[in-house]
Amino acid sequence: MPVDRLLPTPEARDLIELTRDIADRELAPVAAEHEADGRFPRDAFRTLGRAGLLSLPFDPEYGGGGQPYEVYLQVLEEVAARWAGVAVGMSVHALSCYPVAAFGTEEQRGELLPRLLEGDLLGAYCLSEPQAGSDVSAIRTRAEKDAEGFTVTGTKAWISHGGQADSYTLFARTSDDPRHGLSCFVVDPTAVSGLSFGAPERKMGLNGSHTTTVNWDGVRVPTERLVGAEGQGMQIALSALDSGRLGIGAVAVGVAQAALDEAVAYAGQRRQFGKAIIDHQGLGFMLADMAAAVESARATVLSAARRRDAGLPFSQQASIAKLVATDAAMRVTTDAVQVLGGYGYTRDFPVERYMREAKVMQIFEGTNQIQRLVISRHLARG
Amino acid sequence: MVVPACRDGRAHSVREVGLFPMKIVVCVKQVPDTESEKALRPEDLTLDREAVDAVMNEMDEFAVEEALQLAERTGGEVTVLLMGPEQGADTIRKALSMGADRALHVVDDALRGSDAVATSAVLAAALREVGFDLVLLGCEASDARTSLVPAMLAERLGLPQLTFAQKVETDGTEITVERLTDYGHDVVTARLPALVSVVEKINEPRYPTFKGIMAAKKKPVRTLDLSDLELDATEVGAAGAWSAVDDFTVRPPRAAGELVKDEGEGGRQLVAFLAGRKLV
Repeated sequence: MPVDRLLPTPEARDLIELTRDIADRELAPVAAEHEADGRFPRDAFRTLGRAGLLSLPFDPEYGGGGQPYEVYLQVLEEVAARWAGVAVGMSVHALSCYPVAAFGTEEQRGELLPRLLEGDLLGAYCLSEPQAGSDVSAIRTRAEKDAEGFTVTGTKAWISHGGQADSYTLFARTSDDPRHGLSCFVVDPTAVSGLSFGAPERKMGLNGSHTTTVNWDGVRVPTERLVGAEGQGMQIALSALDSGRLGIGAVAVGVAQAALDEAVAYAGQRRQFGKAIIDHQGLGFMLADMAAAVESARATVLSAARRRDAGLPFSQQASIAKLVATDAAMRVTTDAVQVLGGYGYTRDFPVERYMREAKVMQIFEGTNQIQRLVISRHLARG
Repeated sequence: MVVPACRDGRAHSVREVGLFPMKIVVCVKQVPDTESEKALRPEDLTLDREAVDAVMNEMDEFAVEEALQLAERTGGEVTVLLMGPEQGADTIRKALSMGADRALHVVDDALRGSDAVATSAVLAAALREVGFDLVLLGCEASDARTSLVPAMLAERLGLPQLTFAQKVETDGTEITVERLTDYGHDVVTARLPALVSVVEKINEPRYPTFKGIMAAKKKPVRTLDLSDLELDATEVGAAGAWSAVDDFTVRPPRAAGELVKDEGEGGRQLVAFLAGRKLV
């Protein structure tokens, strides 16, 4: 059963229907195979881009859809319910577009945004480093300035779409100033030399989405590729953080919903002791708890999104949403494996994949410990 | 053959020049989602449309796609024509978001229960009202599957009917289709205006786009009822239907198949099985 959604406009309903149609016909049938083989679905992003689904939260002036986060996140959730790896990719892509959209010059926006938002170019976001995960201030990759531009040297880690992307949004150190030491760049990998990529990490899940190190070995980046002011990098990175967390929250809800749907379908058809196992109360109550977790996670994510759409502060709510939704996804996917029993533990059924995919959502885009830190600091500040 | 002039006064039969840009009308139907369980309403033995999601008849998606492609090649214009209740607006919006230019929605309570004869009368009246060079539609609807409407509609309008088309080409004066047959295809040519029904081999329907969805909101949708079309309510709907459902049985559950294990005699056993059912 499709999720019964309360949507603000008729076009939002049409948009959700379009998303389901594309996700059911183009993504779902090939997801398991790509994940098993670790094959990156570049074409999926072209398909989504052509339909306009990569453009939704951006300004219409540069090819964006001008949609509220409340709608965009539900689209993301529908994609995630069919293929989490692609939905994570959409979220990463949006994150990589955001600095140019919000801080770029007219030229940068005009040149890059339409092609990024149509899926013609795929974005990657180079922030983390081996020693700089939760602690962004520990970034060591340097961009040395000279008359014509910058020379970038260092190693970025855990980069989604590494080696696959057509545009790399990069954060590098231009000075040792603790607050204004980072700068943001957008780099075309075909126009530079000295850029190389590690082999895809051998991850527990999301294997269709390639995650690599990105090595910057004296890469020349012209001044026109600096996004925002020199030293504004930290501010740019932090300003996109909360929106990115909402994106991952929505992806987690989608995965949890997919696991719940699978578990309910199985429990309705599997018979033991003369009746469907959903009619055994122990199992039925487990499914009820799963449904409650999915529904409340969705409500939390959308409530934070509506604050963002209304222009209210939403940092604390975004952290709560990410924490609640990804913890719910972990619990629900684990229980879905339990509902399917031995079958759930095999790779012939999708729930073990959902469980592996849910795990990383408690880790990336700020670990859930970091989310608790953010929330508790808001509480302390009052 | 006498070809009717369209309402806009253009006399197609005497034209030497092609009809570019063409005015194409696609008839689309809203049907219950093919993937859902369907049931007849016990009170009047018509399909229970409330119980299931309504979608555009899948075959009509191919007709819309073909209309859009023809219009793109000829600079033509595509009008969507739908007969059906209020909620048919969703299906109209889908066709508009795929790229059709405008729509005509025939909606009237008296239409409920219309059979193919009545449906073709209403669509014919609407087509005369709106004017056209080419009428396109799917070769059947997935709900009733009578496949009658294209032929009936062509007869009522006195149009050449080119049914089961898997390929369409036109120079604006004539239209040529590959007509799918059991043995391959026929090549059929007619003068425009004409009516073409399409099969799913003809193309791959495009997805709407988000831009298309936004643009669809601003496209004109005209709503007509029976009096606008000067039709009598007694000639349509359940009251005017030439056929009625008296009774029905639920499809029996599938029986288990017969397994033929090849132990040297498999081929013979298969042939004997088929021959027993007079299939070979």
